[in-house]
Amino acid sequence: MATNNKNLSALINPLSKDNPVIVQILGICSCLAVTAKLEPAFVMGISVIAVLAFSNVIISLLRKTIPTNIRIIVQLVVVAGLVVIVDQLLKAYQYDVSKQLSVFIGLIITNCILMGRLEAFAMGNKPWPSFLDGIGNGIGYAIILIIVAFFRELLGSGTIWGLQVIPQSWYEHGYANNGLMILPPMALIVVACIIWVHRIYNKDLQE
Amino acid sequence: MENFNIFIRSIFVDNMIFAYFLGMCSFLAVSKNVKTALGLGAAVTFMLVISLPINYLLENYVLRAGALKWLGPEYADVDLSFLSLIMFIAVIASLTQFVEMAVEKFSPALYSSLGIFLPLIAVNCAILGGSLFMQQRDFPSVWTACCAGAGWGLGWLIAIVAIAAIRERLQEYSNIPKPLRGVGITFIITGLMGIAFMSFLGIKI
Repeated sequence: MATNNKNLSALINPLSKDNPVIVQILGICSCLAVTAKLEPAFVMGISVIAVLAFSNVIISLLRKTIPTNIRIIVQLVVVAGLVVIVDQLLKAYQYDVSKQLSVFIGLIITNCILMGRLEAFAMGNKPWPSFLDGIGNGIGYAIILIIVAFFRELLGSGTIWGLQVIPQSWYEHGYANNGLMILPPMALIVVACIIWVHRIYNKDLQE
Repeated sequence: MENFNIFIRSIFVDNMIFAYFLGMCSFLAVSKNVKTALGLGAAVTFMLVISLPINYLLENYVLRAGALKWLGPEYADVDLSFLSLIMFIAVIASLTQFVEMAVEKFSPALYSSLGIFLPLIAVNCAILGGSLFMQQRDFPSVWTACCAGAGWGLGWLIAIVAIAAIRERLQEYSNIPKPLRGVGITFIITGLMGIAFMSFLGIKI
């Protein structure tokens, strides 16, 4: 029972209390760059979940054989191999999205969430909990990505997933899209607002 | 002249932090005071200046389609570009390890001040990002790659020193709402600075 609880918390904690983006402050770069529209954000989230879960499992299986001196290189090579697979899959099946994401799929390699979780969790735990930890952190990351992308797309282009949701009559009465929301600096401010709201409810995280 | 333009562009118009938001994690984590920020900025600049030309040569003489022509005509249609991600990160990671050893051997004083940041650099997205942008933009020569690397590095250095200076002041003089303290306010400041840096976008050089 105790191990079950531990596994469960490895999966659940990263969703809110220990969220990789807004609490651990990892993986900010891609979070800002790909969130102008909902669709690329969603694809990015899925890619990160997949890469994170499998690299966690692989590193966890190898954890006893990796010499500590070169562990960073080993980790990076494992992650890079997985990212290349994801990159090629996206190019084959989702070419438009992969064009929009441009270098940011490649940058999953240096996404600090990966290195952070590999170092902090997979190096010291068995494969199954590592897998759950990877899934949990990936989902935590994807949730933030989707919230940010939702607000940016809604306010910035008046659409959700490419469908127009702000009625045409509003535009005729003088409503205008907020062009600033499309630009990357606003992503930072949206994330800051999420952190603000999150910390109001989680007092122990306040500094 | 061309190279100088690219250098200036990379510092201001294409600033790694404010235009592309790369290298954000260490930017947020290590910007609590100016001195360490300066150290990390210098290390990142150094790594960009070295790794970009190496990756440029690798890209143009080994990886891209037809790049292996110098081995003989039968290699002319070999395309290894799918390997570029792994090659770039391997170059960066091993360079980091190498630089760490060299600095430790020849300048222990610098090593102890940079110590913890050196391994962090391997996973700084600004460095891999630089190589990937280099690949995307088809720079004409290895010097251009060098200048762009220096520019991106300096731009990153300026950004992290600026934010560290602001954060030092904030701690002393401002009264921020409690939930926003620390990370939250840093995000907002970075966003505002990003908006300010967007004014460089109109400059054509």
